[in-house]
Amino acid sequence: MSHAAFVHSLWTMSADPPKKIPAPHIEYAQLSPTLIVLGAAVLGILVEAFLPRRLRHPVQLLLSAVGLVAGFAAVIALAAGGYGTGKAHIAAMGAVAVDGPALFLQGTILLVSLIAVFTFAERRLDPAAHGKRVDSFAAQGSAVPGGAAEQAAVKAGFTTTEVFPVALFAVAGMLVFPAANDLLTLFIALEVFSLPLYVLCGLARRQRLLSQESAVKYFLLGAFSSAFLLFGVALLYGYAGTVTYAGIADVVNGTVRTVDPALASTTGNDALLLIGGALVLMGLLFKVGAVPFHMWTPDVYQGAPTPVTGFMAAATKVAAFGALLRLLYVVLPGLRWDWRPVMWGVAIVTMLVGAIVAVTQTDVKRLLAYSSIAHAGFILAGVIAVSPDGVSSVLFYLAAYSFVTLGAFAVVTLVRDAGGEATHLSKWAGLGRRSPLVAAVFAVFLLAFAGIPLTSGFTGKFAVFKAAAQGGATPLVIVGVLSSAIAAFFYIRVIVLMFFSEPKADGPTVAVPSALTSTAIAVGVAVTLVLGVAPQYFLDLAGQAGVFVR
Amino acid sequence: MSFPLLTVTAAVPAAGAVVTAAVPAARRTAAKWLALAFALATLALAGVQLARFDPDSGKPFQLTESHAWIKDFGVRYDLGVDGIAVVLIALTALLIPFVMLAGWHDADPLEGPAPNRRWRPTQGFFALILMVEAMVVISFEATDVFLFYIFFEAMLIPMYFLIGGFGDRAGGRSEEEAAAQRSYAAVKFLLYNLAGGLIMMAAVIGLYAVTAHQLGTGTFSLQEIVQARADGRLHFATVTERALFLGFFFAFAVKAPLWPLHTWLPGAMGEATAPVAVLITAVVDKVGTFAMLRFCLQLFPEASKWATPVIIVLSLIGILYGALLAVGQRDIKRLIAYASISHFGFIILGIFAMTTQGQGGATLYMVNHGISTAALMLVAGFLISRRGSRLIGDYGGVQKVAPVLAGTFLVGGLATLSLPGLAPFVSEFLVLVGTFSRYPAVGIVATLGIVLAALYVLVLYQRTMTGPVRESVRGMPDLRVRELVVVGPLIALLIFLGVYPRPLTQIIDPAVGRTMSQVHKTDPKPDVPTAPTNDVEAAK
Repeated sequence: MSHAAFVHSLWTMSADPPKKIPAPHIEYAQLSPTLIVLGAAVLGILVEAFLPRRLRHPVQLLLSAVGLVAGFAAVIALAAGGYGTGKAHIAAMGAVAVDGPALFLQGTILLVSLIAVFTFAERRLDPAAHGKRVDSFAAQGSAVPGGAAEQAAVKAGFTTTEVFPVALFAVAGMLVFPAANDLLTLFIALEVFSLPLYVLCGLARRQRLLSQESAVKYFLLGAFSSAFLLFGVALLYGYAGTVTYAGIADVVNGTVRTVDPALASTTGNDALLLIGGALVLMGLLFKVGAVPFHMWTPDVYQGAPTPVTGFMAAATKVAAFGALLRLLYVVLPGLRWDWRPVMWGVAIVTMLVGAIVAVTQTDVKRLLAYSSIAHAGFILAGVIAVSPDGVSSVLFYLAAYSFVTLGAFAVVTLVRDAGGEATHLSKWAGLGRRSPLVAAVFAVFLLAFAGIPLTSGFTGKFAVFKAAAQGGATPLVIVGVLSSAIAAFFYIRVIVLMFFSEPKADGPTVAVPSALTSTAIAVGVAVTLVLGVAPQYFLDLAGQAGVFVR
Repeated sequence: MSFPLLTVTAAVPAAGAVVTAAVPAARRTAAKWLALAFALATLALAGVQLARFDPDSGKPFQLTESHAWIKDFGVRYDLGVDGIAVVLIALTALLIPFVMLAGWHDADPLEGPAPNRRWRPTQGFFALILMVEAMVVISFEATDVFLFYIFFEAMLIPMYFLIGGFGDRAGGRSEEEAAAQRSYAAVKFLLYNLAGGLIMMAAVIGLYAVTAHQLGTGTFSLQEIVQARADGRLHFATVTERALFLGFFFAFAVKAPLWPLHTWLPGAMGEATAPVAVLITAVVDKVGTFAMLRFCLQLFPEASKWATPVIIVLSLIGILYGALLAVGQRDIKRLIAYASISHFGFIILGIFAMTTQGQGGATLYMVNHGISTAALMLVAGFLISRRGSRLIGDYGGVQKVAPVLAGTFLVGGLATLSLPGLAPFVSEFLVLVGTFSRYPAVGIVATLGIVLAALYVLVLYQRTMTGPVRESVRGMPDLRVRELVVVGPLIALLIFLGVYPRPLTQIIDPAVGRTMSQVHKTDPKPDVPTAPTNDVEAAK
């Protein structure tokens, strides 16, 4: 017997007979939306590795679209099967909730992502580089901007088709984020969707330094916020002895039965709860872009490739607000007397700062960034209501807002001059004379942002303010209305610029997009108007989806 | 189901707007005729409304339609007209064709290459007018507060484009300067009204919260709220009612406009073309005063009474301030704008005097002011279009060159100063009588407004039309056929309603009486000083 075999036999014999690890029970069918998207993402990586370069773009586009549509179909099937209402429950050993808000938000995220993928795939806007049509993404992300490698990549006509699988990974993370039912799943989902976004932000074809700067800023600040969140998770574990939402809620409510002896000294320590809860909230508020955690928003929105900005502004906000809602409504409702005053403050400051600072902006993308901050404030007003009405109003607002945002950023990609997209506002002067249709469409989106009746923005705003007023937050409504008035000023300013200013001689041109971007914009306009004129069906949908499973 | 007359009356101009906007760029003239046809169809429908309306039916609203719309917000698509609304709809539908005819060439593209083959300013101009008409009509018809609010607010957008997008091309300024001032005026218009509207939105939400809390389900139905208040099912706390009232009133006062919220009006009317100025003051602003009558008084009667003293003082200031500033104007259109501010003071005074004569007079005033301002402003617009200047000082002796123009201008002016025999006299008289019977001092001071009106109108006429013929005026063509078609009927109407206002008062009065009864106000008993009797001696 050799020496090695002897040691081996000792080791195997001295061990206890192996205990059977119970296989976790996973409800694959109920997790199918996420799994489908993840599967498509993995397939996308394989496509990147094995298909010839010229085939990758169409195949990736098709694959992403099919994956997202299939995911959406799965969401519909689950909702039709009653998982949004009667059969709502907690799946995957307590890690993921399958309930109304989760399905509603997942459906929204999937649709929004589908539209966003269309804008990712647009290849008619940028002038052809060396005879090859290119999209808004860098020829080779890893190349140093302006370096020889980059020039070679451009010359060879490379395109970064890996953005599709990367985006799909982000979508998968976003799907889990609002459904996460324990703090670890929450954190993992956060990282799964954040990391791809950091990468996507740095991949702009034009103005690469700005793009990379935005990626670094987003990454550093995002890493900080993730750390805060993780620290909060640890403290909450110390407080409750568990990371499941229901378990923590039990401890908060004082209905817990058994306490882990190892944690007996800290369980129920309110200092841990308050600090941990605050840290987790900070992590989430960072993602929704609420003041004072909004600093990254303008720079990242400006630097990122515009299709990515649109995707981020729409889908991230939906996912993050979903997670925030679940945390506040499922984990911390017992603590609402503590968090409501704080969130009041955050909502008020967010609305005001977003609206006031936006007034001074001169860049379309930064303007939309600050406007997204103001809108985060409006949504927070609905979050604070702590009622089923509050939930459904937030759900509705998110759906309405994300399509307007996507559409608006898609229009921004069309207005171009020699240096790529012309995002400086002065260049938009007289756009209404030169291309009435594009300017009119952008005006529709701006009016929706401003909350003018007959657009989805008005319905959404009315829904959240109504919920807030019924929840007793009248001052919030008044601040909201006032900041809406301020916000209206700068939306209107852009309209004035487009329609009433003389066009400049060296002004930008409006590129004629392919069917992809046109579809994205058309869907944006259609949703904006339908949700403005006949919102009842969708309000019903959001209303039915307004109950969290515990 | 009966024929949805009210919906159709609003839908026809809305459809017209879409159709007109879609006319190809080269077919400008066709677009104009098409738009005019839609406006005339709307006028016919408004006529049918008037014919089918029964003033003495005793029902609060007639021709009603009711459909569920947004259940979650308790919003219904409820339409219905009372005597006040039906008359104002008729006014709107009547004025729009004239506005279109008067502005027939206002939106023709400038000479030179078009910036874009899809650039269609003419189509846009007429489509926007029709859009405004549709929204104004439906705001007069809505009996659901939320439905009203939506169109009250949405109407700002087409109005804004009309003010900012089309203007007089001259006035001694460079093209850029004119465009800058125009867009400034448009933005000011929009921001004032949007701010008013957003504050109203807070009040609308508050109204929902109160009704939802007390009735179980939130509602915006005017009738239901009034009924619930009468039954005692719904009770506003004093503070709540006042806050809600102020939220609503603020929006209407901006729109009307009431001093000191009027400052957007002179700019907007001065910079807009004359037909658009008519649209602002004669049509859109009426929604503000109308809404005070329909929503402020009926929803919040107690708060209305509470606020009356302040509002009366403000409208009194508006009457005198508007008139005084009109006297000092050098710009014809701004002069008419300030005169309108003065007249809106009278209308609001009449509404809040809370007497039948006052409110009836105010409603009649809305109609008459619409017609008289339209006549005066449109003739002024014709004058301005001939010489390209809005300054009074640039004219003189026009009556020798263009007698018909001068004559019609004089009639419009005399109507504005409420000459007996012309329509506005009747309404101004009623407002003053109604005010006097409750607040004699206010009535007396308000009368000063008439004196000042005579001053600014006659001075305007004297300086532009009489005197030696100025060089710049020589050879000025008189009114053309199209212009006569615009002015003639308006003047005929002014004279007819001045002599025989009964057809209108007959329709208006029952509605006003109902409003009064909802505010729980009765007319004060005539208080005639009695001759000294022998009581004193008898007491001895």
